[in-house]
Amino acid sequence: MSVRIGVVVFPGTNCELDVLEGVERVGASGELLWHADADLHGVDAVVVPGGFAHGDYLRTGAIARFSPIMDSVRAFADAGGPVVGICNGFQVLTEAGLLPGALQKNAGLKFLCETATLRVETAASALTLLARPGDELRIPINHFEGNYVCDPATLERLRADERIVLRYVDNPNGSLDDIAGICSEGRNVVGLMPHPERASDTLLGSTDGVVLLRSLVAAAVADLAATG
Amino acid sequence: MTLFEARIEITHRPGILDPQGANVERALPALGYQNVRDVRVGKSIRLVLDAPDAETAAAQVEEMCHRLLANPVIEHYAVELMAIAAEPAEASAR
Repeated sequence: MSVRIGVVVFPGTNCELDVLEGVERVGASGELLWHADADLHGVDAVVVPGGFAHGDYLRTGAIARFSPIMDSVRAFADAGGPVVGICNGFQVLTEAGLLPGALQKNAGLKFLCETATLRVETAASALTLLARPGDELRIPINHFEGNYVCDPATLERLRADERIVLRYVDNPNGSLDDIAGICSEGRNVVGLMPHPERASDTLLGSTDGVVLLRSLVAAAVADLAATG
Repeated sequence: MTLFEARIEITHRPGILDPQGANVERALPALGYQNVRDVRVGKSIRLVLDAPDAETAAAQVEEMCHRLLANPVIEHYAVELMAIAAEPAEASAR
């Protein structure tokens, strides 16, 4: 049986079908999970996709963390389940406290829609298990609030624990320490601004996101083996 | 119970980049205002709440700010609280 990956849908989410296709392309089966339903339907991994959850009112991701599904996502993550937040999903995970720091407006005050080059910094995360540190990946970004910030103590911890998973080779948004993606202490929760699902087919111009999606599937398999 | 109005001003914390403020600061001199600096762009939230006393109202608004209205990682908030109507006074005012 193939790995089942749940893709959370809030009102205003708009990348859920791209993620669904992306994970199916790497052999998993995808399932949309409506935010008002607290039941994760037994999925093996969760993706919080991009978009504008709850219209991004107040702050990006601020209202989404109160959706019923988020308590279940937190419990799933606490139990070691792989959870990935992409773009707006990353913002939701920081607001929910599943990842430290916050995403503020891009330093240039411009919405950015371009392909960025990312460097894999560690293979020890649910999203990079199958990648090699030093690998460079060409993956699209598409955001206004992608400028990662945290306090100096948090940054120190992220560096010391090698929890900075992906860095921009050429920082497009002013992000602290060129951070494009980070992971939780347990390394099973990962948030990143770039969209791996938009680099998962030659038709899309790059297949560099495939290794990340495959890694997520591998992390789900490993978690299943560990927890039975 | 007393009716209170809370005015909450949310700005970026010191040291946090304020791209909107920085852009406005660059735009103002273009209009001839060469003497402007330290422009900060934030947001203002106004709400009305019922509470038995000012301390309770202040504690509640503080909690709301911390849990939802502001993100303490990047934002600073200041609360101004004022009683706008006390029910006994309202009753005697006819």
